[in-house]
Amino acid sequence: MSKVVAELKYSAEHEWVSADGGGPVGIGISAVAADALGDIVYVDLPEVGSTVTAGQTCGEVESTKSVSDLYSPVTGEVTEINDAVVGDPALINNDPYGAGWLFKVAATEEGPLMSAEEYAAANGGEL
Amino acid sequence: MTENHTALYEQHKKASASFTDFGGWQMPLKYESELAEHHAVRNAAGLFDLSHMGEIWVTGPDAAAFLDYALVGKLSAITVGKAKYSLICNADGGIIDDLISYRRPSPEEGVDKFLVVPNAGNAKVVASELMERATGFDVAVEDASAETSLIAVQGPNAEAILLKLVPAEQHALVTELKYYAAVEVTIDGDELLLARTGYTGEDGFEIYVANSDAPSLWEALLEAGEDHGLIPAGLAARDSLRLEAGMPLYGNELSRHVNAYGAGLGPVVSLAKESDFVGREALTAIKAAGVGSTIGQKLVGLKGAGRRAARGHYSVLKDGSLIGEVTSGQPSPSLGYPVALAYVDVEHSEPGTVVDVDLRGKAEPFEVVALPFYKRQK
Repeated sequence: MSKVVAELKYSAEHEWVSADGGGPVGIGISAVAADALGDIVYVDLPEVGSTVTAGQTCGEVESTKSVSDLYSPVTGEVTEINDAVVGDPALINNDPYGAGWLFKVAATEEGPLMSAEEYAAANGGEL
Repeated sequence: MTENHTALYEQHKKASASFTDFGGWQMPLKYESELAEHHAVRNAAGLFDLSHMGEIWVTGPDAAAFLDYALVGKLSAITVGKAKYSLICNADGGIIDDLISYRRPSPEEGVDKFLVVPNAGNAKVVASELMERATGFDVAVEDASAETSLIAVQGPNAEAILLKLVPAEQHALVTELKYYAAVEVTIDGDELLLARTGYTGEDGFEIYVANSDAPSLWEALLEAGEDHGLIPAGLAARDSLRLEAGMPLYGNELSRHVNAYGAGLGPVVSLAKESDFVGREALTAIKAAGVGSTIGQKLVGLKGAGRRAARGHYSVLKDGSLIGEVTSGQPSPSLGYPVALAYVDVEHSEPGTVVDVDLRGKAEPFEVVALPFYKRQK
């Protein structure tokens, strides 16, 4: 069963958001989503300096089997993207909550987010 | 719809397969990584459960003449031990299924015997269609799909793996077995039909075996293949492998709404055979009129210029106008760029033509290329 990390918050579209420690929040996709997509071979991320809006698409994640839009779970300016996953998208499958993070946002607003318990219960993940 | 399990379902569960419904069957989609499974088949070997495929025996004094009538190819022309790819068509030339037929040794003087292998989702339709078409022929059509398993070993190491299991006195049967031929061998006392056929673009074998013998054969192959890089592979890898090899998939590229000429399968149709066959009149007319004038569209290969892949049902455009539709597409694991099969208007079907595919609202350039995308080094 796909792992769900307790310290993160999750959107219904399977993005995770790291806890707000005052600075930009980290964003990635959950192991549930990565496992469902299969081996990810291409990722399109928003540009640094662009503004993303909670609940809106801001990129896409493509696997051998399918393609899925990337939705931003928060609103704000993109401060950094993970160049390593652009070069090696398999990082998302191998370590979705760590080396496979996608981008960081100086968030001004959050979309509706779930706790890890709620997300795991809704999606069959394992805490 | 009831979902069938193959005789190897417990083996797949034990190997932590993800399952998918395919043609009414619960089949392994992948075990760990479909990419790793794809590369294993290209570089070493992969083990596939294809037991969802149908197996129909056609036996009798008229078996060869009957298949000449029921299918578009000239099955009477193949010799015992050989196999042939063919189509079963409607009277209007539409494709009911694509299938492989194996000519087996004569069970008695004056009687011919063939094994016909249709796709999973079409097995029942093909069996009943064959039974209907058998009227007037001295032939028995027997659907053995429910009792027969099919295991494929595909990849450059497939032969070495088989040789570890087949008794020494039968080794020459394996090493001398030609592509599109089949022979009976013994593994662990069980009689099997070993065919050098496949759907991956690699060398490899397909093994027809009774359901009761399938689990032990699967385990034996996994064990024998361990030192040869063999891993179990699911339908996701099978699909990416066949797409790179430019092989059509029924339901994507082939259907009752397309015919052999539009699908690039014209050479499979034998208009030269003396006998009548179902679809002859329609196919003769289509061929005479030319693909462009009657069908309008043709199946082509597309190579993506960027990294984003075309997927089934995406629109193909030329100068903003709709000229076709993608039937299969994905990033090619072996080639590193997106590949797709698509039906496009004949005037845009020449290799070298640059077209656009609408990738979720954004037109991206693709080039028409000759098939297959991938060809193994021999």
